[in-house]
Amino acid sequence: MDEQYKMTVDARQAPVIEPGHTFGTVTEKISAIVLTRPATNGWFIGFGIAFLATMMMLYAIGYLFLKGIGIWGVTIPIGWGFAIVNFVWWIGIGHAGTLISAILLLLRQAWRNSINRFAEAMTLFAVACAGIFPAIHVGRPWLAYWLFPYPSTMGVWPQFRSPLMWDVFAVSTYATISALFWFIGLVPDLATLRDRATHPAARIIYGMLSLGWRGSARHWHRYETAYLLLAGLATPLVLSVHTVVSFDFAVGIVPGWHTTIFPPYFVAGAIYSGFAMVLMLAIPIRKIYGLEDFITEKHLQNSAKVMLATGLIVAYGYGIEAFMSWYSGDRYDAFTIWNRLHGPYAGPYWALLICNIFIPQVLWIRKLRTSPVALFFISGVILVGMWLERFIIVVVSLHRDFLTSSWGMYYPTRWDWMTYLGTIGMFLAAMFLFLRLLPAISIFEMRTLLPEAEVKGE
Amino acid sequence: MKRDPIYGMMAEFDTPQALVEAARKTHQAGYNKIDTYSPFPIEGLAEEMGFHRDEVPLVVLIGGIIGGLTGYLMQYWMSAVDYPLNIGGKPPHSWPAFIIITFEMTILFAGVSAVFGMLALNGLPMPYHPVFNVPRFSSASKDRFFLIVFSSDPKYNAADTFDFFQSLDPRSITEVPS
Repeated sequence: MDEQYKMTVDARQAPVIEPGHTFGTVTEKISAIVLTRPATNGWFIGFGIAFLATMMMLYAIGYLFLKGIGIWGVTIPIGWGFAIVNFVWWIGIGHAGTLISAILLLLRQAWRNSINRFAEAMTLFAVACAGIFPAIHVGRPWLAYWLFPYPSTMGVWPQFRSPLMWDVFAVSTYATISALFWFIGLVPDLATLRDRATHPAARIIYGMLSLGWRGSARHWHRYETAYLLLAGLATPLVLSVHTVVSFDFAVGIVPGWHTTIFPPYFVAGAIYSGFAMVLMLAIPIRKIYGLEDFITEKHLQNSAKVMLATGLIVAYGYGIEAFMSWYSGDRYDAFTIWNRLHGPYAGPYWALLICNIFIPQVLWIRKLRTSPVALFFISGVILVGMWLERFIIVVVSLHRDFLTSSWGMYYPTRWDWMTYLGTIGMFLAAMFLFLRLLPAISIFEMRTLLPEAEVKGE
Repeated sequence: MKRDPIYGMMAEFDTPQALVEAARKTHQAGYNKIDTYSPFPIEGLAEEMGFHRDEVPLVVLIGGIIGGLTGYLMQYWMSAVDYPLNIGGKPPHSWPAFIIITFEMTILFAGVSAVFGMLALNGLPMPYHPVFNVPRFSSASKDRFFLIVFSSDPKYNAADTFDFFQSLDPRSITEVPS
């Protein structure tokens, strides 16, 4: 075999888990992060900053409740602004967690076992951040429960023919199923923590949370069935969520929104940004907690390949949008593309093309796909790019529609920025707590990856 | 009925392979009321113990059907029966627009049934259980594999079961107080 080729093959088959581990060492290493390692100054500083950002968000929201959404940059014709941009961005980020935990499980991709736990946590926290925005954007957030069909004295029911109602059901179902999937995956590991914790309070708390799990073979059997079915249910669910989010736009007649490419291109974009967030979290976590044995080069490579593939689908989406605006012969659609390229928001649009299409092409280079530092920065670029994409879709489409008399401009205020940056703080603060309180890698699923877990038949 | 002071007898093994073989031999020896405990799911182990009825899929199917019907009928009744409103000239019963919420409700009910159905069939949550009386059992969630024969098994007899367990070559044998 040619030496060069052999090296390539070897690297491609980089192990999912480094050799030399046993059931005991895997358990020890992952549970030690929660049970025995003291919190470092770095953790306190990181958590502190994130916590302060969360407080800033609460301050901005508190002021919003006092004053109303006039403190934001939203005006007619741009009534959607940052709130919807951030909502779509966060929901999209969440999608990678479900893709990793559900779709890759169905596809029997064993490498997912080391990243599914924190990717699911990421999903939950991202959906929590996303959920804030539509609720505070409704203007009278204390009446947000009107979205749910409950028997009221007004006698009237929600309007089920509206994509905004579909969105309420899709996102709340998604949040519920993601939380259940995550918790049920944690139960056997919580039992491990219960049995290994030394502090009585920790034993009691983990003991209650583990529901008395004892690892009976009958229980495992039903558990695996339920887990697999849940994965099978979460797979169409996750694809439906961003599809429905895209309907919020595509069902409207605004030029730049009214297109059938939106559902697939939104889903691909969601997974694109989600994997970027997974890498931005996984790369520092594996370094700081010494988990390179479990989150190996293979995970980085595979995630980079998913980003490359979904990035190309997104690029195709942009291409089709431009092509259809010409091919449809619709002047307003054609103007939308011209306006993106040359209008007042041309800067963000070109930045979007650079961030989402041009820069990620360097992932074709193997060396960069395996370099944690490079991947960290490319992922950051993609997250910025995907945020810009939603900004372009929401703001640039709305600001110049059919009538020149109703054109306008959108300028985010400091309250917009404080709320947005604040949710990033909330997301990170939740992540910091998660790392210290729950096993960030699924211990029991890691055990199944070890060679000693194999059982030969009769 | 007086509670048996002994819950059963437990043998400890080092590898999943040993546990599967022990479970097979125990079942073949005529013990029916047995259970095994392992730190991760082992394929085929439950079948070796004679466990074949897994009702989780049925529960999920029923949950999904109820969810789908609830979703569709709710929208139909609210939009077309209880308070029909003409919005954009669309018919009150706009079935294509109702499909998405019907789908989401199907997934929601099926998923919730999967989780709570599994827990209920497993008899969880149950924070206390006699097997936790065995100090060594704490490693069942780490790297050890356990087999128990319950004292309710008609073939159970402290001395005979102990001798039988010895033939399986376990790491330890313990009597489990209830």
